[in-house]
Amino acid sequence: MTTIMLAIVIGAAFGFVLDRVGATNPDYIIGMLRLSRLHLMKTILLAIGVSSILMFGGLSLGLIDPGHLDVKTAYAGVFVGGILLGIGFAVAGYCPGTGLAAMATGRKDALFFILGGLLGAGAYMGTYGGVKATGMLDDILGGKTTLGQVAGTDYPALFAVNGTLIGIVMGIVLVAIAFALPSRLRGEGSKAASRGARHA
Amino acid sequence: MLTWRNGGLALGLVFLAAVLLVKPIGVSTQFVIFDGILWDAVNPSVVVESSEAKSGYASPNAYLNKSGGKYAKNVANPVNYSFVFVLAMIGGALLSGVLRGGVARAERAMPQIWRANFGDNPWKRYAAAFVAGFVVLYGARLAGGCTSGHMMSGMMQTAVSGYIFAAGAFLAGIPTAIYLYGKEA
Repeated sequence: MTTIMLAIVIGAAFGFVLDRVGATNPDYIIGMLRLSRLHLMKTILLAIGVSSILMFGGLSLGLIDPGHLDVKTAYAGVFVGGILLGIGFAVAGYCPGTGLAAMATGRKDALFFILGGLLGAGAYMGTYGGVKATGMLDDILGGKTTLGQVAGTDYPALFAVNGTLIGIVMGIVLVAIAFALPSRLRGEGSKAASRGARHA
Repeated sequence: MLTWRNGGLALGLVFLAAVLLVKPIGVSTQFVIFDGILWDAVNPSVVVESSEAKSGYASPNAYLNKSGGKYAKNVANPVNYSFVFVLAMIGGALLSGVLRGGVARAERAMPQIWRANFGDNPWKRYAAAFVAGFVVLYGARLAGGCTSGHMMSGMMQTAVSGYIFAAGAFLAGIPTAIYLYGKEA
């Protein structure tokens, strides 16, 4: 029962925050992907960076159970699936989580996105055998691999380095990128555009 | 609306709370579980108890049956952490939306950037969103996760699969968005 209570609390917090950062608004997602509104890019990079630093810090201090980590398998289909998701993400301005959250805030196009998503997930269930037969789901780079060896886990490491250290370093890098990125790279008001205007 | 600093910090603390207390966040698997629940309601032989399966449940569908029937088990018992998490996420977004007064009427059918580029026929937008949803979830299941599970939770853990996924998603998403949306909203 406790885990169900945690699911309710953490899930609700996630949905609430997704809405408050603007992730339920396709204008922000599409603006991020067309590089004219990087607000969400900065938000997400900061979120991943901060959570990475604190998670690896917590692991090294023994505050986080390494058994809670859940590293997904690397295979060619991860890249192909990422490409498919990226195309749909750009067309709709929704991903699975933000689509559900946006539907909850009253966006009707998000409801259609979710209905299409349920059909797409069903199509994958139906075609899984054929996809598996292509070999696209076979492990690459060691499968459930992390960048460095994370103490207390059996995950293979891509590089022979301390996984906790590299986790904290990667976290700092992501935070630094979040701060370094401008609010836009294209369109009115961006540095590139204002340079262009001066030359004109 | 939160600033990117406050929003990023809040989102990061949610990711941290998830891995501290239970496990990293993920969403897209639950589309399969929901489909399985519907399918099983129509055809009860889709998920059956099995003493031979590691999870105790099996399915004639190879995908629901994979990894010892772990998806089949979740279809049979939807009151599990991951499914309730996604239901609660929907509830949390609903609460946030209500508290900020909801989405403007004109925005409910389509975002401004769609209207600026493709006009205001809602059915054109709904059709595009439906097809995009199909492609997104097919891709997410092929990849074994979505923006939440692969990109956010994966990169948080320095998972190699998370970087591969993020590379694919942005290499495709950025040119698609630039090509489709020539006009800024």
